[in-house]
Amino acid sequence: MWLPRWPTDRLRRRQPIPSDRPLVAVAELGGRALVTAADALAAAGGILPGSSLADARALLPGLAVLPADPAGDAAELARLADWCGRYSPLVALDGADGLWIDITGAAHLFGGEEALIADLRHRLAALGHDARAAIADTPGAAWAMARFAGTPEAILPPGRLAAALAELPVASLRLPPAMAAELERLGLRRIADLYPLPRASLARRFGLLPGERLDQALGRAEEPISPRLPAPAHVVRRLLPEPILEADGIAAVLQRLLGRLCEELAEAGQGARRLDLHCYRVDGRVIRLSVGTSRPAREPRALARLFAERLDRIDPGFGIEAMALAAARVEAMSDLQLVLDREGRVGRGGKAGRESDPLLASFVDRLGNRLGFSRIARAIPRESHLPERAVSRLALDAEAPPARWPDDPGPLRLFGRPEQVEADGDPPETFLWRRRRHRILKAEGPARIAPEWWRGPAGDLRDYWRLEDEEGHRFWLYGQAGSWYLHGLFA
Amino acid sequence: MPAETAVIEALRGLIARSAPAATGPFCPLGLPALDGALGGGLPTGCLQEVIGLADGAAAGFAAFLLGRLAADGRPVLWGWLGEGDLHPPGLAAFGLDPARVILLSAASPADLLWAMEEGLREPGLAGVLAELDGCDLVAGRRLQLAAAAGGVTGFLLARGRRLSASALAARPSAAALRWRVDALPAARWRVELLRRRGGGPGVWILEKAILERESETDRFLVAAALADGSPAPAAADPV
Repeated sequence: MWLPRWPTDRLRRRQPIPSDRPLVAVAELGGRALVTAADALAAAGGILPGSSLADARALLPGLAVLPADPAGDAAELARLADWCGRYSPLVALDGADGLWIDITGAAHLFGGEEALIADLRHRLAALGHDARAAIADTPGAAWAMARFAGTPEAILPPGRLAAALAELPVASLRLPPAMAAELERLGLRRIADLYPLPRASLARRFGLLPGERLDQALGRAEEPISPRLPAPAHVVRRLLPEPILEADGIAAVLQRLLGRLCEELAEAGQGARRLDLHCYRVDGRVIRLSVGTSRPAREPRALARLFAERLDRIDPGFGIEAMALAAARVEAMSDLQLVLDREGRVGRGGKAGRESDPLLASFVDRLGNRLGFSRIARAIPRESHLPERAVSRLALDAEAPPARWPDDPGPLRLFGRPEQVEADGDPPETFLWRRRRHRILKAEGPARIAPEWWRGPAGDLRDYWRLEDEEGHRFWLYGQAGSWYLHGLFA
Repeated sequence: MPAETAVIEALRGLIARSAPAATGPFCPLGLPALDGALGGGLPTGCLQEVIGLADGAAAGFAAFLLGRLAADGRPVLWGWLGEGDLHPPGLAAFGLDPARVILLSAASPADLLWAMEEGLREPGLAGVLAELDGCDLVAGRRLQLAAAAGGVTGFLLARGRRLSASALAARPSAAALRWRVDALPAARWRVELLRRRGGGPGVWILEKAILERESETDRFLVAAALADGSPAPAAADPV
């Protein structure tokens, strides 16, 4: 797809300029104001990109002039590419004014190739963009047809590339302008002129590029497009006959998409770890919503609950006209788990532990999606004799390394930063903590813990004491280099 | 004023109907005196409040209750605000296997309450505990309803960070059971049942006889003896 007037169409969309007034975008280059883009009216008046603003004004005195915004053009083109995800997940940027959409196997969803191309151009026209689109077997041929066929819509029947491209100029092979001019100077104006030429002589003169481009256009050489977004393994999409505005409507469509996606996943023996929902708005915006799961999942109801929390945050604008649901990350998932999914309800409350309880997994997923997965963890033992290092937090889905809990469970409360206290005696007979003086009646200790010298600057030895005050509060204090620190509390 | 009395009566009736007194089956604690006073064990599927000071006795008692509830192998959710200072290995001393605890550090009380409510509706969990100094009556009632729906037992662990334990105990609460736990010298706890829906209060002294470390199992390590065996409503503080 080619957007010949992309920059000026975009400017017109943002600024109300009478439609009968020619418009150019202008940038300063080397102290001169140069036209970087001209709209159809300006072009008809003889203004070409690259001419100076003064010349352009002389040609068309009523010219509207706006500053060029190449960065904005590129960003908006990327957004447009995302919007084209409504047709296919495989969309690649092509320079500053084009897009490649791989619609292999997708056209039937839109009523055929003709209907698809008409739909695309119609929607873009409604947004104020003049688009030339072509459908062909190869990206190169589509590129050539969109730009040089002279018609806004072109569909090349499969297998007839050579004939269809024959009359197009050599510039349509995506060659640098200088090279195309040189070819033309030699009388090689049309693509057909290149067909009989021996490859070697062409390469001697022009390098490998023309031959390569020709092969790519004719489908003799593979040319994969590089999609802007990686293609998810499984995508389901649904076009809506009427734009929907209500969260209920979105939820209903999502339900059907989830059902279809989960069937696909089941057939592939996979489960989703991340799902992306794309809502295509009437105004050309795309709203994206992602949910993650802590383990592969393909149970539509559980997945719907993950989305449910956030569906009301989707701003439908003037309506959502298409939705696509992609399994952006998948992992293998055995059928065994599916059986557990279905029968989990029967078995729950029994001996099913956390590892094998899919219902609990979906609960953890809900927590994680709402609160952040980093906020949920389980504790696992770690080989360290420093109490504050003997526990590590582990994400729930991670595999626990083998380690055992220390024989001594230690205190129930452990401060991340031990609090220095004023203490009298060794072991302390009294100490002051948080403005309260505690009189110690019982002391048990000391338990000596050596610092882990391999972890940076060696500290002093710690002598830990279990202390109980007259009210029965039990403390874990240690003395280190003459100072006392409260490290934890026993219950 | 008869009219006003009638209104008040009507409201009382409404409250009685809206607050489900029903609790799930009893979970025997293995402490005969306490089990007997509770009518067979700890009521499940309800919201309970455990009030204490920052010293950890209340947390230890709550860990003990959760440990009994989780004896069938189901995990528990233990949540707090911000960094928290729970030392999971310490839970093992009260019969709660640390490997069975899902830890949650919530960013706000609203998040914590939401997670607690979700957890209470999740029958795969044995229990949910939130370190929170109480919550308002509406939130409390929501939790109580969720607990009744899911059959999961919930605990609000009030650590008295801002309010004293007695001020906490004086606040209204939607919890079906309210405990107050204080440390006593010589490794004992004073456990007071402040309120129990459909039952009277009581005071017990629990003796924690921490067994020697020969056992690697995380079996019930708290032995208890009742100093005052009577679960009489007017039980005097035996200390």
